[in-house]
Amino acid sequence: MTGKQKFAMVILGVAVVASLGAAYISRSSYSEQFREAISAPPSARFWLGTDELGRDRFARLLYGTRVSLLLAPAAALLSTVIAGLIGGAAGYLGGRWERIVTAGVDLFLSLPWLFLLLAVRALLPLNTSPVMSVMITFLLLGCLGWAAPARIIRAGTRTQVNSDYLVQAAASGVSRWRLFWRHLLPNLRPILLAQFWISVPVFILSEANLGLLGLGVSEPLPSWGALLRELENYSAVLRNPWMLAPAVLLVIVVSCLQLLLRTEESAPC
Amino acid sequence: MLIRTVIALWLGAALTASAANELRFCLRADPKTFNPLLVEDENSATVRYLTGGVLIRLNRYTQELEGELAAKWKVAENGQRIDFELRRGVRFSDGTPFTCQDVAYTMHQVMDPALHSPVGDSFRSAPGDVETTCASPSTASVRFPAPVANLAAQFDQVAILSVVSPRKESAVLGPFELGEYKPGTYVLLQRNPNYWKRDANGHALPYLDSIRLEIQQNRELELLRFRRGELDIINKLDPEMYDRLSAEMPHAVADAGPSLDWETVFFNQVDSAPLPEYKRRWFRSSDFRRAISEGIRRDDIVRIVYHGHAHAAAGPVSVANRFWLNPALKPGSGSEAAALALLERGGFRRSGGTLLDSAGNKVEFSMITNAGNKLHERMLALIQQDLARLGIQLNVVVLDFPSLIERISRSFNYEAVLMAITNVDLDPSAQMNVWLSSAANHQWNPNQKTPETGWEGEIDKLMQAQNASQDPNKRKTYFDKVQQIVADQAPIVFLVNPNALSAVSANLRNVTPAVLSPQIFWNADRLQVGGSLVSQR
Amino acid sequence: MVVSLLLRQARRILLTVLLGGLLGATLVRLGPGFGVDERELDSRLNADSQQAIRAERARDNNIAAFYFRYITGLVHGDFGFSRSLNRPVSELLAERLPLTLVSLGYGVLGGVSAGLALALLTVWWRAPGADLVPALLSGLCLAAPAAVIALVFLWVGAPSRWAIALVVFPHVYRYAKNQLVATSQSPHVVAAQAKGLSGWRVLWAHVFAPAAPQLAALAGISVSLAFGASIPIEVICDTPGVGQLAWRAALDRDLPLLVTITVLVALMTLVVNGLADLALATWNSTTRSAA
Repeated sequence: MTGKQKFAMVILGVAVVASLGAAYISRSSYSEQFREAISAPPSARFWLGTDELGRDRFARLLYGTRVSLLLAPAAALLSTVIAGLIGGAAGYLGGRWERIVTAGVDLFLSLPWLFLLLAVRALLPLNTSPVMSVMITFLLLGCLGWAAPARIIRAGTRTQVNSDYLVQAAASGVSRWRLFWRHLLPNLRPILLAQFWISVPVFILSEANLGLLGLGVSEPLPSWGALLRELENYSAVLRNPWMLAPAVLLVIVVSCLQLLLRTEESAPC
Repeated sequence: MLIRTVIALWLGAALTASAANELRFCLRADPKTFNPLLVEDENSATVRYLTGGVLIRLNRYTQELEGELAAKWKVAENGQRIDFELRRGVRFSDGTPFTCQDVAYTMHQVMDPALHSPVGDSFRSAPGDVETTCASPSTASVRFPAPVANLAAQFDQVAILSVVSPRKESAVLGPFELGEYKPGTYVLLQRNPNYWKRDANGHALPYLDSIRLEIQQNRELELLRFRRGELDIINKLDPEMYDRLSAEMPHAVADAGPSLDWETVFFNQVDSAPLPEYKRRWFRSSDFRRAISEGIRRDDIVRIVYHGHAHAAAGPVSVANRFWLNPALKPGSGSEAAALALLERGGFRRSGGTLLDSAGNKVEFSMITNAGNKLHERMLALIQQDLARLGIQLNVVVLDFPSLIERISRSFNYEAVLMAITNVDLDPSAQMNVWLSSAANHQWNPNQKTPETGWEGEIDKLMQAQNASQDPNKRKTYFDKVQQIVADQAPIVFLVNPNALSAVSANLRNVTPAVLSPQIFWNADRLQVGGSLVSQR
Repeated sequence: MVVSLLLRQARRILLTVLLGGLLGATLVRLGPGFGVDERELDSRLNADSQQAIRAERARDNNIAAFYFRYITGLVHGDFGFSRSLNRPVSELLAERLPLTLVSLGYGVLGGVSAGLALALLTVWWRAPGADLVPALLSGLCLAAPAAVIALVFLWVGAPSRWAIALVVFPHVYRYAKNQLVATSQSPHVVAAQAKGLSGWRVLWAHVFAPAAPQLAALAGISVSLAFGASIPIEVICDTPGVGQLAWRAALDRDLPLLVTITVLVALMTLVVNGLADLALATWNSTTRSAA
């Protein structure tokens, strides 16, 4: 592990620990409304000020980190795994199977999945807890977000399929299944990691956009996505630049993830 | 380079000058129709207001009826007939003369049952045909199958069409006519050269040459354009934008006071609703509903959500509706003690920090509202905390609008709703379909075959009585009683009446912001671009 | 041979598009709020009018019947009637599609060009920390919601079509950079460098050219990404394009409009991806022949 990767690990660790220890770090809960201190600037009491309902922004950032930092990578992992399996298998098998899977992926990309999300929300009991509701949302995002990465992984697989190392391994009598799992997939690691890294902020923002339709996190539970939606009020951002804290934190976390997941390209194994 | 600059400046000035007497503001979306009889959405209603000529107009500022195409009118037969004396010498925008035959044609079209026009339905007090007789080209008598409440005021929405003009609904009697329409971009209305009205000095109205309605959904962009001088008015400004603009351009904003609209909460009392029986008992308890009403701190909603630009509501009539308001009613106090007392009376008790009902069930329910509405989302967050004080756990659920409508009007799969109600009419007869227990819009328990509660039966009788009477004072007495019952039973918890906020460019003259829609351009024929400050009440 | 390949592709695309339309219609039909109309909340309407509104909306309840009617109409160039906008769908598309296609063109070309250019630069200038600025930039673009990017563009008065490019760029950059780095470490590149070929020639002919067909896979994804981004961007910037139409149609559950847009997006995605696949297949067969 390089020095930069260790540094990234420390930053991510601090973010995770801080979010898990939010109750001890922050003096207020994320939902407590200080109605006499609406949209207050940063102070000793409120490190990042308060929002338009008098809630401590710092507390909401910490609790929101917990939601987004744990769930978005989980969803990204799910979508990457599904994409890796489907895209990898399609590229590896080739021929008719590849054509069928590719057509299926393209079809999948074109469908209005929004309505599936709405249907799931409609099926959930109205009294579903905000935590359960957001977990289900991220699970769905993970299940639906595999198609675009699958295409890229399939293309990457196609170029690997005729590589010398695979031909050699096949000639040595290695089974197709083992070839796929032990030889091909590890060499797709750079692509898989890149897709994982990109998917994390995409899912965080998707959760925010889904809030416009009543999906995603429900009040009063905060998430980065919900906090980032506040940035749409650009003139408020200009007056209160500390509102950019979630965006800054997201950029830092995404950059750390990128650093951490970057591996030196190695020879095929 | 210098010559190019000069030419550009001159061209720019010329272009600006040619549009100098043009009013510019935004519509939220494309109008769905330019046929005034089929108007159902607000954007089409705006175009109808500016182009349609009506027999009687409700003056949005004074809230009094005034004759427009009808020089005089008289309501007879207890509201079953109305006689008009029409203005003479009036012509449609294409020069076609206006006569009684046009009134007859329009009424026949409006009352066509196949049209399902909201305007037509407002007149439809009983089945049967409407007869319009023309004793002369300038007198019209319209007779309905049964008395119609507030008959004269209903004609404010009826834009007269020409029976003979080949241009059909494009031939208009209002101050402007449709000039150009570019879908998704703008609607351009041009001055009607044949508009009948003149000012006190005999000058032809309207003063404006044209009105440009930009199609703009994004409020931030609308505000940006207003700041840049590209727009002259913003009708229905939201409170946050009002304050923002007020800080930069204090003379450009207008707060006309509380509007007729409400923000409300109501509970599901439908028998067939998929609710646990113990929750149905809660929602049917007037003590429970009144306790919720008492527990919600309306002052905080006014201060925090509306930035002071709203008024705590006491009942189904806004303080802006001076005649019909029951002044004896007061808004909920926001007092925790008062709310807890009512809950105790209803058999609820506190156990630790949690409220339990008489059977020991924890009081927890969900409240739905429409997504994408920041004001509603903030209100819900405040209500959630207010009810937490009482030991009630409120689960906030935001849904997209079609999902919300489905739950409250089809499946009845909801517990409580936070919803805005837009009110365009002063007269309580316009609310018949809300208060009658048999009506589809009796939101908390619609389409009842017979009133399920005594108080709903009482409201039915009082609403029918006020609808049948032509005596305003009697009607007021009946409706005051309805308001009192609603306050006692709280089937709908009225939270606030938002203020009518707008922005007006300093260039616009003769502006008098009103509470009733359209707030700023209700006197579009007298507006002028260029000059002094907005006059405010 | 090429003709039969193209015909096969065209048939595949047609079948997939038709299936996509049916599945899209089914998803919309099964979604909550289908068949409701906000006019049901209008208290001025009497019971008969409300009933008539419900009956009108119920016409599309049978999805098979709807889709049969839709396909029959499609054959005659009739894409149905949009209830939410009260106009024929074909008219709406004719007005809005050119605008969106131009925006998508700018967005995809801009995003892909910027992503590729920065990736090439990063690979060429192999100093430590060379990718710091592009990585931060792509991280920033990934972290900013499309709506916020659109608002910034609005505020500075820049054309919104470039906002789509900023959404596409980080995806392209990340994948392209990885691919180019992997290729740059291939034995043939090492050999070319050892033979003394110039940096640019090695980069262009031996790094970029071999990786190009794989990078073509980005084309299809970029189109999907760009269209997805065009929805909030067109809504925020009030651009009267297909993205704004899609949003409006989704909110109003406007079935003919949604199905038509689904068919259109499916067609675009399939055509672009088909071309990308063709490029990849050609490269793979060339590589095999050379081997």
